[in-house]
Amino acid sequence: VIALQSDPIRTEAVLQAVCGDSNGAISLFLGTVRNVNQGRNVRGLEYHAYGEMAEREMSALRQTALERFDITSVAIVHRVGPLAIGDTSVAIAVSAPHRGASFEACRWIIDTLKKTVPIWKKEFFEDGETWIEGRPEGQGSSDSGH
Amino acid sequence: VKIEVRYFASLAETTGKASEVIEVDEQSDVRSLWKLLTERYGALAELHYRPLVACDMQYCDWTESLRGVREVAFLPPVSGG
Repeated sequence: VIALQSDPIRTEAVLQAVCGDSNGAISLFLGTVRNVNQGRNVRGLEYHAYGEMAEREMSALRQTALERFDITSVAIVHRVGPLAIGDTSVAIAVSAPHRGASFEACRWIIDTLKKTVPIWKKEFFEDGETWIEGRPEGQGSSDSGH
Repeated sequence: VKIEVRYFASLAETTGKASEVIEVDEQSDVRSLWKLLTERYGALAELHYRPLVACDMQYCDWTESLRGVREVAFLPPVSGG
């Protein structure tokens, strides 16, 4: 399962998508909306995506992870549109015969997603709004996230 | 040739639009298209970073030729997750 959606993420469905009898482990990562960023109180935020390209990039991530790690299946779901504090913005589930690979792959996928998938976050504060921008390529990933 | 140019996030606010069709000559590359855009939108020339660029939804270099390309997107550093 690879999806960009404006509806809330149903964690159960994401887990269901990677279930299988050969699995000994499933790792689930959830990114959630935090109420403070760089010292400012966040009221809510909005994700915008280059939809078709973002889905392609997420599919490519999934494919690379399947080749690179000893895992069985991968599901990646990202929200777009307005989100409230505490909402799940991204869910990544990885199943594998053993937990080591599922943890590693899950970590690799979220770290890479934050650098490569064309999605942007706009934060709304009590006194304004601002686009959050990751660091330009080659300077490491944004530290403003989860 | 006509190219569909797309802008995202802060770049869409800078240009005031999400997309537009731009006419370029066939020998153009991404860099020459960007130069043309910075002439049209002065604020693009003052960005503190160089946008990422995708031709037909694939990340590419600034030296990428626009021959056969239908859509070019300029992307601020991404911040999903």
